[in-house]
Amino acid sequence: MAQPRVIIVGAGPSGVRCAETLVAAGLRPTVIDENRRDGGQIYRRQPDNFTRPYAKLYGTEAGRAQSLHESFDALRDKVDYLPETLAWNIFDNKLHVVRNEVSSAMPYDALIICSGATDRLMPVKGWHYAGTYSLGASQIALKAQACAIGRQIVFLGTGPLLYLVASQYIKAGANVAAVLDTSPLMRRVMALPKLLARPSVLLNGLGLVAGIKRAGVPVLTGITPVEIKGESESGVQSVLIRDSRGNERSFQCDAVAMGYHLRPETQLADLARCAFRFEQETRQWLPEVDEDGRSSVPGVYLAGDGMRVLGADAAEIGGRLAAMAVLTDLRLKVSDEELQGLRAEQASMERFRQGLAQAFPWPAEQAAQLPDEAIVCRCEAITAGELRHVVCGMGAQEANRAKAFSRVGMGRCQGRYCGHAGAEVIAHAAGVPVEQVGRLRGQAPVKPLSIAVREEQE
Amino acid sequence: MNAHRADVVIVGGGIMGAATAFFLRKRGVSVILLERGLIGQQASGVNFGNTRRMGRPVEQLPLSNRSRESWLKFKELFGEDVELLLNGQLRVGFTPAHEERMAKYAQEAQDFGLGMQMLSANALHERFPYLGPELTAGCYAPYEGHANPRLAAPAIGRAAVREGAQVFENTEIVRVEKEGEDFRVTAADGRIFRAPVALITAGAWGNRISAKFGEPVPMIAKAPQMCVTEPVPYAIGPTTGALADAPEQSVYFRQVARGNIIIGGGGHELVDLDNRRAYVNPSRTLLTLKNAPRVMPAFNHLSIIRVWSGIEGYMEDSRPVMGPSARVPGLYYAFGFSGEGFQLGPGVGDVMAELIHTGATTTPIEHYHIGRFAKLAAQPA
Repeated sequence: MAQPRVIIVGAGPSGVRCAETLVAAGLRPTVIDENRRDGGQIYRRQPDNFTRPYAKLYGTEAGRAQSLHESFDALRDKVDYLPETLAWNIFDNKLHVVRNEVSSAMPYDALIICSGATDRLMPVKGWHYAGTYSLGASQIALKAQACAIGRQIVFLGTGPLLYLVASQYIKAGANVAAVLDTSPLMRRVMALPKLLARPSVLLNGLGLVAGIKRAGVPVLTGITPVEIKGESESGVQSVLIRDSRGNERSFQCDAVAMGYHLRPETQLADLARCAFRFEQETRQWLPEVDEDGRSSVPGVYLAGDGMRVLGADAAEIGGRLAAMAVLTDLRLKVSDEELQGLRAEQASMERFRQGLAQAFPWPAEQAAQLPDEAIVCRCEAITAGELRHVVCGMGAQEANRAKAFSRVGMGRCQGRYCGHAGAEVIAHAAGVPVEQVGRLRGQAPVKPLSIAVREEQE
Repeated sequence: MNAHRADVVIVGGGIMGAATAFFLRKRGVSVILLERGLIGQQASGVNFGNTRRMGRPVEQLPLSNRSRESWLKFKELFGEDVELLLNGQLRVGFTPAHEERMAKYAQEAQDFGLGMQMLSANALHERFPYLGPELTAGCYAPYEGHANPRLAAPAIGRAAVREGAQVFENTEIVRVEKEGEDFRVTAADGRIFRAPVALITAGAWGNRISAKFGEPVPMIAKAPQMCVTEPVPYAIGPTTGALADAPEQSVYFRQVARGNIIIGGGGHELVDLDNRRAYVNPSRTLLTLKNAPRVMPAFNHLSIIRVWSGIEGYMEDSRPVMGPSARVPGLYYAFGFSGEGFQLGPGVGDVMAELIHTGATTTPIEHYHIGRFAKLAAQPA
């Protein structure tokens, strides 16, 4: 039999471990990476002429980062690695990738999508002012380019990344004005039993919070964002919130890093026509997978945060599990003992994930309270009021219908930033559960595609 | 279960069905409009959005002109703005044969008020300096334009409701039968709709119903291939279409007021009518990306942010089925508009309402009578 054609999309923790497992079984996978180097977002490598040591770049995760990079370095002549390559479409069992404005179609027997996650965002009035960044983007600026997003920065949102990035900024010497968390402290206490599934990670997290407070940065929980104040010329000036007691408070700043935990990048799974299911705990649609990452479409597998946000450690396990699923389906041998062990480890990761969802809930109620003049869709500059009008005045109670009428989700980001919040606005305006609103259908290209692109000549 | 009843039952809530429902109500005729999904969700909602007349067969221009009257007073008639932009239509060609085709058409259609002006290579490039150097001739029709297809048919549907039409969305129809004097239309959930007159405006699915009445037509379902750029400052006036010698080579584009440029072309994909989703083939997208800069080189500096498709019914002779049934009294058809129905929509509604209400129409539509396929029905299966 000819060597099966196996393609991995993504070279973060799940993609690298997936490749490693496949190579160990004698396969030669192709690894497609949108980045310039392997490592993904979390273990992103700095440019060649930068010299910050691992401990400085990755903190407590330095060991894992180094191990992942070394593993991939060792694989380089055993895989076909295509960096700076965007997987922009899937059609007819072929992955379409573009590199240097040349597009090629790659047929596959197995495709493992390790596409990672991006920030889950909830709009707030004024979030369109220059100087508002996602937490992920703020972290990338620091990690890849050693840049801060501003001189005085407010961190707004919820989730572990809020505290991680804030503390990385403090360590880097940035002036952090405040860390403002929408989830109440009580939720974290209640989630403790589940969070104890990974005691060391929990301890790390508590350490981060303590460190931020020690640095004299105000940390407020249970807050409600009111407005990012600013001017279209000069950008962000301050953040106005209501604290847990209901008092309005304002924090001066010239930049805001915001995010409400993460959401999987599921466009490729969607284009591969994978089935999705609604997850009540996190109020979002996720690809349907079995415990090893098999999707509903034969030959298409998912792993890592692109499947469901379990974090980097779990992504490494997920990458191995998906590789073993591929091997099993190709009728190659896998160690049952190893498989069982990985599944058991993943189960405790899943328990921890549920703890995080409980501790740092998606603040759906904020969508309902968004003032009409607040922008929901930044790409197309569509306000909450305009979206509510198509729901109440034009009868659009389903996500794609509301998109067709209002343009929310129709812009450059294809609903990455506004999709979840838009669905909440629609659900509240229509008086229906958010799952009834449905989800935005994925449309190619996964990211904007230059018209100068040309098809590869055979 | 009580049967819903009206003077006319319309099967298919695209722009044709919605507009006919609206104009029937304007004539005081009671009407039920049935739609499997949502109004204007299929071909009516995902097409290119052209409201052009230029390029249509000459015999279609009276109908197209009648439709134009509705487009020009769209807001007044239907109560909503649908981003109608009347900045003309430009056809361009690469070869002497293209120029000849355009000149011939301009001659044949000169009496229909399109105001077409042939442009030599020099005139073309002087007037539209953004066009590519390979283009050798053009034909400009100053009064044409485009509108937002995602908004138009739903707006007409809502106007029909305000006029008193009974519109049932999410209503899958499983049977349309003649029972005595009445048509009996049965929904998948068992609801029954009755009327002495039935109109089939089921687009790509129309043939399935006409065949049940012994009138099959040669139609295939195809998926147009669309894409759109990021928004850029408004700079292109007319909707522009390049003549092509093969469907795959075709390219046409329009810029909306907010700046995005919508590009169509690259031929069509076939679709499976049962799954009701049409897909964009990446090879066709790439073909369009290659061809578009030949017409406007500056395209090479832009990116596309989205592609989409839809399901359209194409007749073998490219002419729609429109008018009364040749076999069943009280039965009417308006489908198979072959990728050119959006502009005609309001006019078709106006004409079909007139035809159903008065038994005749002042706009000629005999070219589109289903009887032209009678031989097909007579053939043994």
